[in-house]
Amino acid sequence: MSLLIPETGLVFWMLVAFLILLFIVGKFGFPTIVTMVDKRKNFIDESLQAAKEANERLAGIKEEGERLLQQARDEHASILKDAEASRQRIVSEAREEARAEGARMIEDAKQQIQTEKEAMMSDLRRQVADLSVAIAEKILREKINTDSAQMSLIDRMIDEVESSKS
Amino acid sequence: MNRLKQTYSILLLTTLFFFAPFNTLYAQPQQEVTVEAEAQEDDLDLGAIIFGHLGDSYEWHITDIGETRLAIPLPVIVYSSQSGWHCFLSSRFEEAEEEHGEGAEVEGLMIAHGGDHNGKIVEMVDGELRRPALDISITRNVLSLFINVALLIAIILGVARWYRGKKPEDAAPKGFVGLMEMFIMSVENDIIRACVGKDYKRYSPYLLTAFFFIFFSNLMGLVPIFPGGANLTGNIAITMVLALMTFLIVNFGANKHYWKDILWPDVPTWLKCPVPLMPVIELFGIFTKPFALMVRLFANILAGHSIILSLVCIIFVTAKFGAAVCGGMTVVSVLLSLFMNMLELLVAYIQAYVFTMLSSVFIGMSREGGHE
Repeated sequence: MSLLIPETGLVFWMLVAFLILLFIVGKFGFPTIVTMVDKRKNFIDESLQAAKEANERLAGIKEEGERLLQQARDEHASILKDAEASRQRIVSEAREEARAEGARMIEDAKQQIQTEKEAMMSDLRRQVADLSVAIAEKILREKINTDSAQMSLIDRMIDEVESSKS
Repeated sequence: MNRLKQTYSILLLTTLFFFAPFNTLYAQPQQEVTVEAEAQEDDLDLGAIIFGHLGDSYEWHITDIGETRLAIPLPVIVYSSQSGWHCFLSSRFEEAEEEHGEGAEVEGLMIAHGGDHNGKIVEMVDGELRRPALDISITRNVLSLFINVALLIAIILGVARWYRGKKPEDAAPKGFVGLMEMFIMSVENDIIRACVGKDYKRYSPYLLTAFFFIFFSNLMGLVPIFPGGANLTGNIAITMVLALMTFLIVNFGANKHYWKDILWPDVPTWLKCPVPLMPVIELFGIFTKPFALMVRLFANILAGHSIILSLVCIIFVTAKFGAAVCGGMTVVSVLLSLFMNMLELLVAYIQAYVFTMLSSVFIGMSREGGHE
C-alpha cells in the first residue's frame, strides 16, 4: 500500500518544517508563556504567604495593643490607689501635726498666762505693799486728830490712793 | 486497481449494511444488480476519490466548477540521476496530458497512472518506470504542512507577544490568550511535568511543540476547504518524523540505568547470560515504542478521514438508486458525517494527548534513577 510507505520528499520537508517550528516556537513561544505563568504563580504564592504573615502580624499587634491597654489600665488603677493612700496619709499627718501644733500653742499660751499671772501677782503684791505703806504713813500723820477726823482722813486717803492708782 | 476495487466493495458493503432496509423498500427490481457490476458500470470511482483525498498529489485540487477545474498548481522539484535537477509547476503535467493524453512527458518525467507508483512522478529508465532519485516536490501535504507550521508559529508567537513587557504582578490574560495559556499550561502540568518528572523543563519545548503541531494539524485536517483538508497527521511520513524525534530524544537523553536495564536487566542470569534473550527483547523494545507512536497516530487519523469520506460518498453512491433512496441516505449521511466530525474533534485532541503523554512517559522512564 502506498499509504504505508513514507515519501522521501514529505519526510524531508517535515524534518525541515518541524525543526524550524521547534526552533522558533520552542525558543520564543512556549518558554515565554510558561516562564511568565510560573512567575505569576510564584508571585501569587508569595503574595498569599505575605498576606498570611501580615495577618499574623496584625493579630500579634492587636494582642500587643490589648496587652498594653490592659497594662495601662492596671497602672492607672494602681496609681489611683497609691494617690488615695498618700492622700489619706497626708491628711492624717496634717491633722496630727495640726493637733500637735495646737496642743503646743495651748501649752505656750498657758505658760504665758502663768508667767503673766505671776508677774501680775508680784506687781499687785508690790502695789499692795506700797499702798499699805502709803496708807500707814497717812494714818500715822492724822493720828493726832479726832477719831472721826481720823476715819474720814483714812477714807479720803484710801480714795486718793484709789484715784491715784487708777 | 484490483486492490482499490476490493477496498471499494468492502466499503460499499459496510455502507449497504446501514441502508439495507431502505434498499429493499424503495429499490426497483431491475436495479437490484450486484454491487460489483454497479461499480464497473459507474463512472464514480470511489476508491480513487477516497484514496485521492487520503494520499498526496502534485497539485491542490480544490473543486470543479462546471467544466472548469479549480486547482492550485504546486512546484515540482525532482532530482533525476539521468537528467539532473528539474523544477517546474505541476500545471505543466496537466497541460501536457490534455495535449498528448495520459502519461505525457514533461522534461522526461511523467505522472504514473496505475501500477506501483500510481499518482507519483516517474521517469522511464531502461524501458521501465522508476521513481527519480530524489523527489522533494512541494506537494499538497507539504504545502499544507507549511501552512500549518506558519499558522502555528503565528498563533504561538502572537500569544507570546502578549507577555512582552508584562510583569508577574499584572493581571492574567483574558480571551484567546487566556485560553491558550490555560491550554498550554494544562499540557505542561498534566502531561509533561507529571510524566517526565524532574528537569522536565528541558523537554517541554519539544513536547509542547509536538502536542500543538499534532493537535493543530488534526484540526486543520478536519476543515474541508482549501487551507485545511489535507490528511497530514494521517500520513506516515509525518508521524514517522515525529516518532523519530521522540526516539532520538529518549535515547540520547537516557542515563546509565536505562542502558543497564536494557543490556543487563534484573532477571535470572540464565535469561541473559548464555543466550541474551532479555537484552534482545529490550533492544527490540527501543524500536517498537516509537514505531507504535508512529502507527497509532497515523492509523487513527487515516481511519477517521476514511470514515468521514466514505460517509460523504454514500450520497453519490446512492444517487443512482433513485431520488427517494438518495434523499433518505443524504440525511443519514449528513447526520453520520456530523457525528464522525464530532468524534474526530475528540480524536484530534486525544491523539495529540496520547502522543505527547507517551513521549513524556518514555523520556521519563529513560531518566529514572534506577531502584536505589
